[in-house]
Amino acid sequence: MSDDVDKDRRRFLTVTASAVGGAGVVAAAVPFVAYLEPSARTKAIGGPVEVDISKLQPGEKMIAKWRGKPVWILRRTEEMVEAVKELDDRVVDPNSDNSEQPAYAKNELRSRKPEYLVVEGLCTHLGCSPNLVPAGAPDAPEAGWKGGFLCPCHGSKFDLAARVYVGMPAPTNLPIPRHQYLSDTRLLIGADEENPA
Amino acid sequence: MKALSKPWYVATLEWVDARFPLTKMWDEHLAKYYAPKNFNFWYYFGSLALLVLVIQIGTGIWLTMNYKPDAERAFESVEYIMRDVEWGWFIRYMHSTGASAFFVVVYLHMFRGMMYGSYRTPRELIWLIGILIYLTLMGEAFFGYLLPWGQMSFWGAKVIVSLFGAIPVIGEWLSTLVRGDFGISDVTLNRFFALHVIAMPLILCALVVVHILALHEVGSNNPDGVEIKKKKGPDGVPLDGIPFHPYYTVKDIVGVAGFLIVYFGITFFAPEVGGYFIEHNNFIPADPFKTPTHIAPVWYFTPYYSVLRATTSEFMWVVAIGTVLLMLLYWREFKGAWRLVVPIATLALVGGYFTIDAKFWGVVLMGLSVLVFCALPWLDRSPVKSIRYRGPLTRIALAVFVVSFLVLGYLGTKTPTIALTRAAQLFTVLYFAYFLLMPIYSRIDTTKPVPERVTH
Amino acid sequence: MKFRLLPLLAILSSGAYAAGGGDLMHAEVDLGNRASLQRGARTFVNYCVSCHSAAYARYSRVAADLGIPEKVVAENMMFTTEKVGNTMQVAMRKDDGEAWFGIAPPDLSVIARARGADWLTTFLSTFYLDPKRPTGVNNLAFPDTAMPHVLWDLQGLKRASTETLTEGGQNVTHITGLETISAGLESDEAYAGTVRDLVNFLVYLGEPAKLVRYKIGFWAMLFLIGFFWIAYLLKKEYWRDVH
Repeated sequence: MSDDVDKDRRRFLTVTASAVGGAGVVAAAVPFVAYLEPSARTKAIGGPVEVDISKLQPGEKMIAKWRGKPVWILRRTEEMVEAVKELDDRVVDPNSDNSEQPAYAKNELRSRKPEYLVVEGLCTHLGCSPNLVPAGAPDAPEAGWKGGFLCPCHGSKFDLAARVYVGMPAPTNLPIPRHQYLSDTRLLIGADEENPA
Repeated sequence: MKALSKPWYVATLEWVDARFPLTKMWDEHLAKYYAPKNFNFWYYFGSLALLVLVIQIGTGIWLTMNYKPDAERAFESVEYIMRDVEWGWFIRYMHSTGASAFFVVVYLHMFRGMMYGSYRTPRELIWLIGILIYLTLMGEAFFGYLLPWGQMSFWGAKVIVSLFGAIPVIGEWLSTLVRGDFGISDVTLNRFFALHVIAMPLILCALVVVHILALHEVGSNNPDGVEIKKKKGPDGVPLDGIPFHPYYTVKDIVGVAGFLIVYFGITFFAPEVGGYFIEHNNFIPADPFKTPTHIAPVWYFTPYYSVLRATTSEFMWVVAIGTVLLMLLYWREFKGAWRLVVPIATLALVGGYFTIDAKFWGVVLMGLSVLVFCALPWLDRSPVKSIRYRGPLTRIALAVFVVSFLVLGYLGTKTPTIALTRAAQLFTVLYFAYFLLMPIYSRIDTTKPVPERVTH
Repeated sequence: MKFRLLPLLAILSSGAYAAGGGDLMHAEVDLGNRASLQRGARTFVNYCVSCHSAAYARYSRVAADLGIPEKVVAENMMFTTEKVGNTMQVAMRKDDGEAWFGIAPPDLSVIARARGADWLTTFLSTFYLDPKRPTGVNNLAFPDTAMPHVLWDLQGLKRASTETLTEGGQNVTHITGLETISAGLESDEAYAGTVRDLVNFLVYLGEPAKLVRYKIGFWAMLFLIGFFWIAYLLKKEYWRDVH
């Protein structure tokens, strides 16, 4: 039956057909993968949000919702700012070299304005949302607590610049989203001068 | 030691084979499944139906990720898929084109069986399972068509569910039970969604497996209608059989490529197919207060819809005469007491034609026009299977059937007028004549000698 | 007295319209004509969006597809929203629409797919004065439509010329044509162009994917034909064993 089979031709055609067919399958898979990407609506909803911070009092924190995540805006008092500066040797990444933030927030206070901390309120360990525990609060995690954030899930401690303490489950400081001050009282989260919406 | 070591893939396969019959299944269904070597064009459609099933399930899963089975949001979510979701239009058109392609392929697959007598002994069960697949597919298509929640979705579902209402006594209760509400509503949409995406596909897949297992048990028929297993070589392999793999796998790939050219041609260039695959009125959101001026089912249901519409109260006279004639024709087939029971039952039935309204009998005839396919293995009395060795009567009958099916399909898309209704009635009679007169014409028809081996 | 319309074709061909194809005027759809789509979009946001939404279409998508900078869209085309990523919502409330017109003006996202471009062209071209209607106008494509002639300032006003015939003992009035009684800002030709652009835009709006699917389809076909050929050669090679 197969005495006069041209084996080379057969192998060549089999390989060619498999390769071309395989390329077709891969090409057909592209739309199916792209389909899973955020849609136009999701992107529109995930666009930048504008926040009015005029009513925020010193020492208070407010929460804005951006891309389904809590973004904290903390208005720090003089004492709070001083507290951050005293904690450089107790945090893992005092200069935020290994943490996520735009260049303008890569500083000791992790902010564009010393007074305001704008930060994504989700722990870099496993995504729980830490609580603000002020200095001297009854539920302070340690004696001489200078104020900061405490994660309810696995106990990670962060200072008032959202820098993680040494020896905590969380590996890095909390991420700072892109943001810009449209005026003294209007804050835009999710976009800045270099990356407008 | 070196001689004993095997390549890793051989070792892996042996490990699996010791625990799961992988090689055995591969051999049974592909490498050592011997199919007749004379398959022609018509034998592509089985594997193509399987391909379309896979396409529909794949695209269906993807659509489900963004579709909302909620009367307030369903229409919007379809447009969301068409616009906002990356490539959503492509997946949706693949699915809508696939729905029609499924029926095209299945109809051609069934026609093949009717031409070459693939429903005859020993393949009756394959045929019956096939009809079950077809019925499930109709259910699947019907439930799915409500989901876009356009005007045609809504009113199509409304009309079809109302058909149940024609059944005496329990009809109204039954149609309310199907809808879960007093009209087609959000409740109906939600349950149709469940049936469309879970129940029907599961049944469909299970039936397809059974269909193929049954086929591979008895072996495939072929255009000559010759049983290749009757002539085996010394190695036990049918002389006219060739392994499915690689011969029919490579051949079916050609069929797949050809099919995909047509399928993607429609998907990309004409997904609406002039309103036959996607109807214009379905771009208007469902409005329970306003019926579109022209409503018709999607094309694959229109032959049966025509039968339904053809059944007017005056057509019942034709049905009555037909019933009595059939009784007289087949009376001699019955034995003993049946010779008395059958005429009495016939008279009672004819009495029923004029006491219960035609609406009910329309539903019955429509149902019968689908279910009558089940009877084919027992209606066919010809000594040969394939049309190749049958006489002119059978050929004419099959041609009449095909024409009737197509004309009924065409008429079902039109707004009925008196002339069109008359035409639908004529072709309804011819449609049923193909089946119900088959015991006679298939027996008296001439035949040609069937060869011992398949021809090529 | 019965009132009946002559076939539209007869009426339209007697006027200045390029009529064709059944009873409807023929729409010249050309999605490749970006300038036309842009002009259509402008007409759409200026005249249609005050009452009709296109709730499935996003301004940003229109901007990208039609090659209009988002800034231009945001400043000149968005009257109902501030965010370019938003959909084309309508300023009017649904209840108000029902109260004013008897029926809420339908969403226009897919109107071209439901009605067809030819119908839309005819509809937008054949408003005529009819004192019996609350809006003062009637329409040849959509008799007794609830929609006023929004583009009247462009087209001007037309009156139906009629003739009354006796048919089977009854007087039947036919509309034989439309005649201009007060000119609009645009000539008949210019108005036909405005309608063509608007309908062109509506066709695009009905299915934005249409802009890409033919192009992708071309490559898909090319690939499949090539694959078909290779598959055929492969089949032939293997089947030499059988023959």
